Amino acid sequence: MMEIISQPWQWYVAGPSIVVVMFLLYFFGKRFGVSSNLETLCTIGGAGKYSDYFKKDWKESLWNILFLLGAVIGGFIASNYLSSNVPIDLNTKTISDLSVLGIENAGASIVPPELFGWQALSSLKGISLLLIGGLCIGFGSRWAGGCTSGHAIVGLSNFQIPSLIAVVGFFIGGIIMTWVLFPLIF
Amino acid sequence: MTKGELISWFRIYEMFKFQSFHMYGVIGSAVGLGTVLMLLFRKGIIKNVQGDKIIVPAKEFEWKRSLFGGLIFGLGWALTGACPGPMFVLIGNGVLSIIVVIIGALIGTFLYGKLKNVLPH
Repeated sequence: MMEIISQPWQWYVAGPSIVVVMFLLYFFGKRFGVSSNLETLCTIGGAGKYSDYFKKDWKESLWNILFLLGAVIGGFIASNYLSSNVPIDLNTKTISDLSVLGIENAGASIVPPELFGWQALSSLKGISLLLIGGLCIGFGSRWAGGCTSGHAIVGLSNFQIPSLIAVVGFFIGGIIMTWVLFPLIF
Repeated sequence: MTKGELISWFRIYEMFKFQSFHMYGVIGSAVGLGTVLMLLFRKGIIKNVQGDKIIVPAKEFEWKRSLFGGLIFGLGWALTGACPGPMFVLIGNGVLSIIVVIIGALIGTFLYGKLKNVLPH
């Protein structure tokens, strides 16, 4: 049993697990949306002083912050006790494409050290890339009114046209970054 | 998310390069099963813990915000290989540099709050 859990999960296990999380949240009277937490964290940090947008009662959203805490703990348990440390089974084409960009040993770790390692973090370029990437995520998800969970999973499941447009937007942005900007950045 | 490799930067890169079915399978099966779940909510077949009907609010139709906001989100998603959920799972995985991305995301959220009234929606 432990052996099965320790292997990487196939898509047909991972996808339905997300729906189980979604079911539990709605069943207990909540909803499934992660990026609104960023807004709540801003409110807790006192952003209401600078913009009315953040003048909300953050205590009502505290359950969702607990969801984030659960995500951290879940990540810790999964990586420390339930992993077999096998490299990610990437397409060989992906590995060679990344090698051309200067990212070696693709799949040996969860994230590329070239982008997330201490050396990258101590360079101006490295830290700027992470900050700008994060900025786009925060700004974009609030502008679009949702992220992968709220738009791609819940929105599409609920036949929401705005979510379909947002997901098309996610992919236009992702393709521009991966195909056009990466060769310029790396 | 750790077990499904959804938090891996490499999986996101591979997805945007259309070189693997993995992420499409994850999102596709979640949406497929999610559609059934939403239908059961809508028909009132599954009720919540208090026995009330589960209502999933509709998203307001404002195509500009969906498209432009989505595009900017996509740029960040592809660059950092993380969306808001996985960012926090990565902390648990010991990838502490993701905290820089989270700080960036909070700054981005704050900027949106400041600029909301001048942006097209």
